[in-house]
Amino acid sequence: MDALYRVVKPKTKRAKRFLEKREPKLSENIKNAMLIKGGNASSTVTQVLRDVYALKKPYGVLYKKKNITRPFEDQASLEFFSKKSDCSLFMFGFHNKKRPNNLVIGRMYDYHVLDMIEVGIEKFVSLKDIKNSKCPEGTKPMLIFAGDDFDVTEDYRRLKSLLIDFFRGPTVSNVHLAGLEYVLHFTALNGKIYFRSYKLLLKKSGCRTPLIELEEMGPSLDLVLRRTHLASDDLYKLSLKMPKALKPKKKNVSHDTFGTTYGRIHMQKQDLSKLQTRKMKGLKKRPAERKAGASLVAQWLRVRLPMQGNRVCAPVREDPACRGAAGPISEMSTT
Amino acid sequence: MEGQSVEELLAKAERDEAEKLQRITVHKELELEFDLGNLLASDRNPPTGLRHAGPTQEAELRALARDNTQLLINQLWQLPTDRVEEALVARLPEPTTRLPREKPVPRPRPLTRWQQFARLKGIRPKKKTNLVWDEGTGQWRRRWGYQRARDDTKEWLIEVPGNADPMEDQFAKRIQAKKERVAKNELNRLRNLARAHKMQLPSAAGMHPTGHQSKEELGRAMLVAKVSTASVGRFQERLPKEKAPRGSGKKRKFQPLFGDFAAEKKSQLEMLRIMNSKKPQLDVTRATNKQMREEDQEEAAKRRKMSQKGKRKGGRQGPGGKRKGGPPSQGGKRKGGLGGKMNSGRPGLSGKRKGGQHQGGKRRK
Repeated sequence: MDALYRVVKPKTKRAKRFLEKREPKLSENIKNAMLIKGGNASSTVTQVLRDVYALKKPYGVLYKKKNITRPFEDQASLEFFSKKSDCSLFMFGFHNKKRPNNLVIGRMYDYHVLDMIEVGIEKFVSLKDIKNSKCPEGTKPMLIFAGDDFDVTEDYRRLKSLLIDFFRGPTVSNVHLAGLEYVLHFTALNGKIYFRSYKLLLKKSGCRTPLIELEEMGPSLDLVLRRTHLASDDLYKLSLKMPKALKPKKKNVSHDTFGTTYGRIHMQKQDLSKLQTRKMKGLKKRPAERKAGASLVAQWLRVRLPMQGNRVCAPVREDPACRGAAGPISEMSTT
Repeated sequence: MEGQSVEELLAKAERDEAEKLQRITVHKELELEFDLGNLLASDRNPPTGLRHAGPTQEAELRALARDNTQLLINQLWQLPTDRVEEALVARLPEPTTRLPREKPVPRPRPLTRWQQFARLKGIRPKKKTNLVWDEGTGQWRRRWGYQRARDDTKEWLIEVPGNADPMEDQFAKRIQAKKERVAKNELNRLRNLARAHKMQLPSAAGMHPTGHQSKEELGRAMLVAKVSTASVGRFQERLPKEKAPRGSGKKRKFQPLFGDFAAEKKSQLEMLRIMNSKKPQLDVTRATNKQMREEDQEEAAKRRKMSQKGKRKGGRQGPGGKRKGGPPSQGGKRKGGLGGKMNSGRPGLSGKRKGGQHQGGKRRK
């Protein structure tokens, strides 16, 4: 079915840009979140979804109508929504007697459900209940996880990863230090998770780093972990896979098609006169020469002079008039 | 006296500094883990203070949050900063937490036929201007597309070439040629696309040499090539030190010797029960296949008798068509009376047919 979509050639540039934005890329877009209400959604759940939407703007979609599906039984409609709106994170809220004030937080991989964690909301204080000034929407929050529970069980670890994914916002390389405005604090204690959001007040301290004071600003939730639907280990590993181009590159190492690895070494310039080759006693520097620091020419002469009268070939001389001479032109004998 | 006061001043300054630092330092048993690329901090300390505080949790939570935030801010303020338009901006490092991607890694697209050819010949794309001067209209027009500069099909006068039929419509000929070019282009595009999708199958890799194959792919291709002879690789010579390929046969999975005792007991007891029962156990698929074969043979015998008597009804074709799996085009060609016969056949029963039956069916025609 995917192939069918791709065969459809876009007729306008705008359509082409739209399709290009949605196709898989090396470095991905910011994940969008969709917030959906279930068949029976209480006012608490609706308000929670609205608050989270306010936190996640503009990277979120709030569905206004109720959708009668059960995420844990049938994920088809969630996957369809995700494909249509190109959202890979979702939050599905509903309410029934057995599971009051239920919230299902999840994420998708390749438009199929990867992880889903169901939490129950025990206590909720909304954004509008706390009367103070809020921070502008679209600011990147700071995330803090407290409590050792977050590393003990696999469920909690995945929940932590899911919450980071959900709330982290766009990845930036620079951040305006005075613009760090709010912080989301998650505490795991006695099987519950306390989610609080505070606004940051930077006070003067004597030194460069300011003193922090917090003011409760936003939604505060007390969550209880209920069911989970986690992806299998190999699917999770597949989703974590980083493309080769983004991996930190190792310099001076190359591979060829047969699987051999080649390395490149850079050496400093060597003093060839000090290179230790085979020992030739005749070429050994005499103590006098070593002291005086005789040059190579002097040493050569010392070796060759005893052979006086012998014919010695001169080194090949360059004669501009000569063309393609095979050997030396003249022979010299040392005197 | 002055020396003393200077010393006192220095000591006082130091004390002040220490005090100020104290205000922003937080003492924790375990250091926090920071991921500054994501503005993230993880506190591993067990929240003992909170456990004791029962109803007054909010204040405790807030104090804990304040401490953790202070530590995170301390870390952030130590990053290298730039000054961008009177604002102090910190350069964040790369995020270290590995989070799953939302879509799979894009696979490299195979080159199209043109790209392969261009790479082979060393042809580079030439930079061309967007607009071309059009003599006829005296305007700058685009090179291709709507209202292009030299549009073949829009000429008002075409000279009939010397060797062409004088009655031929040259205008229609040009329009036809353009349509054919467009169709050919579309066909090539679809073929490139089909090749791109086929390339996604990893098992077919190595069969089409590209020059950029891995050791495993080359090995696999070599093995397949070896087996692709008339005697299925039996008389292929091996290199002096080459080892015989292992594991290229059909894989059969056997249960381990000391595996699941409960499952083994269950299967053995089931087998005993079946052997002990008086009623024969019915394998539905095999039974239906047998039944169908018998019926076909009966009909074949009947038909031979009928054809000998010289009667030939159209209905004979029916069962043969159904046996072939009822391809829709053939079904369409059948006469109306066959539709009923096909339905009266075995709806919903597939069963594997032996090749002999196919032959039989064909022979009957």
